[in-house]
Amino acid sequence: MSTETSATLATQETKKEGLLSKKNIQILRDPLDDTNPVTVQILGVCSALAVTVQVKPALIMALGVTLVTAFSNLIISLIRNSIPNRIRIIVQLIVVAMLVTIVDQVLKAYLFDVSKKLSVFVGLIITNCIVMGRLEAFALAQKPWPSFLDGIGNGLGYGIILVVVAFVRELLGAGSVFGIKVVPQWLYDMGYVNNGLMMLPPAALFLIGIYIWWQRSRNKNLINAS
Amino acid sequence: MKIAQNLIQSVKPHFEKGGRFEKFHPAFDALETFLFVPAHTTASGVHIRDAIDLKRTMFTVIIALVPTLLFGMWNVGYQHHLAYGVQVSMMDNFLFGFWKVLPIIVVSYTVGLGVEFIFAIIRNHQVSEGYLVTGLLIPLTMPVTIPLWMVALAAIFCTVLGKEIFGGTGMNFMNPALLARAFLFFAFPAYMSGDIWTDLSSENGHSLVDAYSGATNLVTFDTDFTKVGTVSDMFWGFEQGSIGETSAFACLIGAFILIVTGIGSWQIIVSCFVGALVMGLVLNGLAPVDIPTHPMHTPAYYHWLMGGFAFGAVYMATDPVSAAHTEVGKWIYGLLIGMFTVILRVFNPAYPEGVMLSILLMNVFAPLIDHIVIEQHIKNRKKRA
Repeated sequence: MSTETSATLATQETKKEGLLSKKNIQILRDPLDDTNPVTVQILGVCSALAVTVQVKPALIMALGVTLVTAFSNLIISLIRNSIPNRIRIIVQLIVVAMLVTIVDQVLKAYLFDVSKKLSVFVGLIITNCIVMGRLEAFALAQKPWPSFLDGIGNGLGYGIILVVVAFVRELLGAGSVFGIKVVPQWLYDMGYVNNGLMMLPPAALFLIGIYIWWQRSRNKNLINAS
Repeated sequence: MKIAQNLIQSVKPHFEKGGRFEKFHPAFDALETFLFVPAHTTASGVHIRDAIDLKRTMFTVIIALVPTLLFGMWNVGYQHHLAYGVQVSMMDNFLFGFWKVLPIIVVSYTVGLGVEFIFAIIRNHQVSEGYLVTGLLIPLTMPVTIPLWMVALAAIFCTVLGKEIFGGTGMNFMNPALLARAFLFFAFPAYMSGDIWTDLSSENGHSLVDAYSGATNLVTFDTDFTKVGTVSDMFWGFEQGSIGETSAFACLIGAFILIVTGIGSWQIIVSCFVGALVMGLVLNGLAPVDIPTHPMHTPAYYHWLMGGFAFGAVYMATDPVSAAHTEVGKWIYGLLIGMFTVILRVFNPAYPEGVMLSILLMNVFAPLIDHIVIEQHIKNRKKRA
């Protein structure tokens, strides 16, 4: 697992380094491809199936998750030395729940229609495996700044998949992107029909599968030895 | 034949290693072995000598499909003229259907084989023969009014996601042709269910007859089973439905060919039919007495004749790759297909064609069934030892 190796690498660091040193850039960039939370770690798939019917909710969801992972990583990393090991999960949950509540309330106040579409899935960010996974695997053993970058990276890695899947689903399923019709009327007149399968959750599974296929055929780091 | 062989031999060097078109060797190889008996021999190890290879197997299935295809073409014309109340000769009916069905077959084969050739060239393996049958099964499971671009899309979907992604012919865990149909069923429901089974292109000087109804027997029986067609109509296939599925008789001929040649497993065919009958009888016993038209009252053998059950049981469930492989497993697999089909038909009006979904479902479970059967066998042997 490259997650573990990058984590152990980071623990070995002793000397002072710049804010955007090579290692830190790597922490930020790895989750976008090599250790992508959805397609490589297979985390957070449930919400990826649920909120990707349209691009706009997917984008908002991606931003929400990015904020939550980044700041929960930061906070947990700041207090990591004072958290008793036995109750660390509870502490993590409280921090995450606080952040999710903030995100939820902001959405309700300023983007009510999107908030309604996302429904329970904003609240369910608390249980999103990516958030807890990063806290356990990274933030508890790392300094605040790399943890923060790791949170942003993982949130964005999740977001990329969400937006790509939502883009294809909305384009093929409803003929629009961001709610704007992009498939021209003459194409419908010629007999083109929107693909109803794309509106159903299984379509997201197919698309994530195809993405993984494409990713693995391109990225040689991901090929298993078996 | 001699000329063709000379031609093939003369261009062959270009496609060998180091030749000009080395990249296209899989395509060339496919054509050569399609036309002539391949000269490859197994170099080492123990192997069975047999005249039959994958290509001949596939061809036998195609021959078994011919009765349903011919009948389907005729029925397309028959249903069309019936809807307009026009009397025409048998030949006219057939020709009408022929010209409607041919484009669907052509599109299915061109697109599907095109995808196969592309994959073979990129991955540098042989073009496999699996698509010969899939390419014909796809049109037979479609309504005649299906737009051609949807057929193309379904062919691409089933070849890429149903087969090539898992490693090509012999690696697919689901029946590709059924996958194509299921894809269209969920993607474009308006074109795969409802009043779309009869080709209603306008007929000069005639209008639709008053009694015309676009509903198939499978839809009718969900509200009132006594309103379905007569048993003989359903047996011979004078009913609306997908192109190849209507005639249980044509499927029987196909089943005969498949069983006699040993290509299709008779255990699976028989157990599918038994499963449907048993489930039908059970439901008859449980049917509410106060509603005499309830679909649960449908005579069990109706399920054999309605819709695509016979077609699915004979041609789809017997797919040697996606079916169960052990002898006991085949029986379990077939019985469950038959049972699920009847359950889906009776209790879920939203999915009238239960046989498609139940075969796909059992395709997924086939490896598990095999595994359990083998484990059980090992246990039994151990007990005796």
